[in-house]
Amino acid sequence: MEKVGILIEFKDDKIKKTNYGVITLARQQGCELYALVLNGNAAACKEQLQQYGIKKIIDIASKEGPLQWHPVKWARAVVAAMDHFGINTLCGLTSAQGKELLPRIAADLDAPLVMDCTDVVLNERAAKKSQFSGKTVATIKVNGNHFIFGIRPNAIEKQPDPCEAEVIPFQTTVDKEALVVKEIKLQTHTGIDLTEADIIISGGRGMQKPENFAILFECAQVIGAAVGASRAAVDAGWAPHSMQVGQTGATVSPKVYIACGISGSVQHFAGMKTAGLIVAVNTDPEANITKNCDYYIVADLFEIVPILSRQLKLVVGENQLT
Amino acid sequence: MRIYVCVKHVPDSAATITIRGNNQIDESVTFLLNPYDEHAVEEGVRLKAQIGASEVVAVTLGKEAAINTLQSVLAMGADRGILIKTNDRPDSIFTARALKAAIEQDGKPDIIFTGKESIDSEGMQTMFRLAAALDMPVATNVVAFSIDREHAFVECEMEAGVRQLLEMPLPCVIGTGKGLNKPKYPTFIDIRKAKQKEIKQIVLASLKIEKPAASMEISELKLAVEQRQPKELKGQPQEIVKELIQVLRDEAKVL
Repeated sequence: MEKVGILIEFKDDKIKKTNYGVITLARQQGCELYALVLNGNAAACKEQLQQYGIKKIIDIASKEGPLQWHPVKWARAVVAAMDHFGINTLCGLTSAQGKELLPRIAADLDAPLVMDCTDVVLNERAAKKSQFSGKTVATIKVNGNHFIFGIRPNAIEKQPDPCEAEVIPFQTTVDKEALVVKEIKLQTHTGIDLTEADIIISGGRGMQKPENFAILFECAQVIGAAVGASRAAVDAGWAPHSMQVGQTGATVSPKVYIACGISGSVQHFAGMKTAGLIVAVNTDPEANITKNCDYYIVADLFEIVPILSRQLKLVVGENQLT
Repeated sequence: MRIYVCVKHVPDSAATITIRGNNQIDESVTFLLNPYDEHAVEEGVRLKAQIGASEVVAVTLGKEAAINTLQSVLAMGADRGILIKTNDRPDSIFTARALKAAIEQDGKPDIIFTGKESIDSEGMQTMFRLAAALDMPVATNVVAFSIDREHAFVECEMEAGVRQLLEMPLPCVIGTGKGLNKPKYPTFIDIRKAKQKEIKQIVLASLKIEKPAASMEISELKLAVEQRQPKELKGQPQEIVKELIQVLRDEAKVL
């Protein structure tokens, strides 16, 4: 049975739920799974990981204890663990952290890497990913001694498969590195991570001014959604670049994507076309987005969104009562 | 300082892509400088303006047509260009080796800028492989950049408004992100001047790169299927929203 390492990601010490899709993908192909945890939370996430069929959790640490975030040291530690446990295939998320770590690991091992995979057939060493701004789907075959895949967050539906996991400590030596992490700086804003969110509400040119994003935030808060923006809105200075969805922003795959006042350029679709359900609210019935969505509403977003917030509050309230 | 900028000649993201054969696109569409590389060029040119006594050298690997992209880079202010010419489409493992060989043949880099990814193959990895080959530190998605005599200081955008601040000794590789700068578009005079600048052509085979053990190849390329069938939700706003909530609950199962 092929050993596959799953690089587990956390956000504020909580396991990201998008990890479960990556685990599901590898588990359903009959691989022996090793969850790799670097931040000292291996024991704390045992309960959650074993719900998804993880039997081995590798608690990677140095002599001094858990590893502080450092992209080079973390990449080296993963390589050391792969080497020690004889793991030749590694799967992770194509998140900001994955984009830092997976290519460093691949470069270290001189191994092939496919990022932003929407599917992987591990025994065929083949991955599917979009190319050319989402206009094509490429099947990429990899050859080598190690294989690394970054999975698009939310691209694979998670399926539980409970079992009992053991935590295996693994101590690695950490060398001094040329690259130094000086600080992790939190910008003011936003709450839920776009790539993690099940629901995203995005605003475009139709938002008209920065203050108007407040109605999207209000609606998002009711249902735990993230708020995104189109390039037009970001370029106009109405929203920060960290909220941008599309070619030069985040690539997202939520269950529901609600586009408000977004025309739906090719570049925007490149960032959200793998969403489960796309809903468009636009005053222009001819807008490109109405031609490639699941549901569209030809109406003023400033009328629809506040009503949606109010009705959602009622629904969420009822859910909590029952 | 010797500043290198690695760039890629890519199809315009607005171009209509058609497939040729099993794994290629029809290349008779508009190609341009990879948008993320624009930020790399701009930052290299700014750095030269700031510290003086520097040269900005643009390097690309591709077909002869990639000269057009080098021309745009020269018009943006780079001093000269190098085209590693090939009709093949090497993967990033091979490309990084070729870039390293061409750069080392040309001179000793003090810093290398390149876009954090290309918008055609979206591989997100060449700069890391180049840095590993040159044994240099590397940062990606850099949105703020400065240097002193010996170090580069960068801010890298992580998710949800988190930035990491890194310090690296020079020479190093910088993967530029969108927020780093606003590229200036060349004037007519810039474009005319660029025509006088040197573009050196190197045949890829002449670099005598050993075939790497590992490789990646596109075995199949297909157009993405657009299978959504848009339905309009009609009626009074209150009713429309009610219907939408039903969709969110029953179809998307997110409520």
